[in-house]
Amino acid sequence: MLIIVNAEPREIVETTLLAALYELGFASPAVATALNGNFVPRTARESTTLKDGDRLEVLAPMQGG
Amino acid sequence: MHFYGTEVTAPLLLGTAQYPSPAILDAAIKACGTQIVTVSLRRETADGSGAGFFDVLRQTGCRILPNTAGCHTVQEAVTTARMARDVFGTDWIKLEVIGHSDNLQPDVFALVEAARTLSDDGFHVFPYTTDDLVVGEKLLEAGCEVLMPWGAPIGSGQGLRNPDALRSMRAHFPDVPLIVDAGIGRPSDACEAMELGMDAVLLNTAVAKAGDPVKMAHAMSVAIRAGREGYCADPMERRDMAVPSTPILGLAEMA
Repeated sequence: MLIIVNAEPREIVETTLLAALYELGFASPAVATALNGNFVPRTARESTTLKDGDRLEVLAPMQGG
Repeated sequence: MHFYGTEVTAPLLLGTAQYPSPAILDAAIKACGTQIVTVSLRRETADGSGAGFFDVLRQTGCRILPNTAGCHTVQEAVTTARMARDVFGTDWIKLEVIGHSDNLQPDVFALVEAARTLSDDGFHVFPYTTDDLVVGEKLLEAGCEVLMPWGAPIGSGQGLRNPDALRSMRAHFPDVPLIVDAGIGRPSDACEAMELGMDAVLLNTAVAKAGDPVKMAHAMSVAIRAGREGYCADPMERRDMAVPSTPILGLAEMA
């Protein structure tokens, strides 16, 4: 299916958020996820299923003031 | 002083953005002796750069204060705060809800609403706010136990635009930790904030964009300590006219 990951269209096979993160190459534990603007805690990634057209944000620590 | 029950002895919080290199950031953190550094969340890149930065921060031993920088709505700020808690494992959040794109001033109405939502959700909120007393009261009612009034617009380095308002905040909220967040440019600005009775100063650009960030980090910490001691020492009142400091009594007549 085609989903939007950090504003980029990406074709994925996996259907759960947890598996999709690995498929997309986000192996670090230091990432947080939001699906269609809603926060998805890491404990809920396995039970969160993706569908075509979903907007996924994957955020990580960055310099800040 | 205590922030949400955590004892903090260093009255300087340091931002981690805009340094020439991670090594200089690390040296600046050590030079100023801060115990708290601010960080943000941004889109992860394919090379996993965020995890590397997180490792650098953890090695400093500093407590991490994630921010919601760049958020313009309650929903954005609340979601970002929840994502930050998921990554950094802390309930602390520097809450920014930006209301104006020119001066980056907070949208205080959205700020209060977001602060309430996050406090109810167990967060310990450090709100980036204006120096408005009423907004400060609303933030305390919403669950905040720390207030972070601006000194001047973010990144402007203008120093304290309204010292009288900060003095009023000190008088009005005698027991609330007050941190001047944003606008500090020089050590004298930081010193002035502390002389007004602020409990701490949050700095970033003033250090990161100095010609020598490490030296400036140290200069800021010295200035902040001087300002704090000056406040505690209860400065003399200003006078309109000169008053001789040397005794008049016993002055010889030479004429």
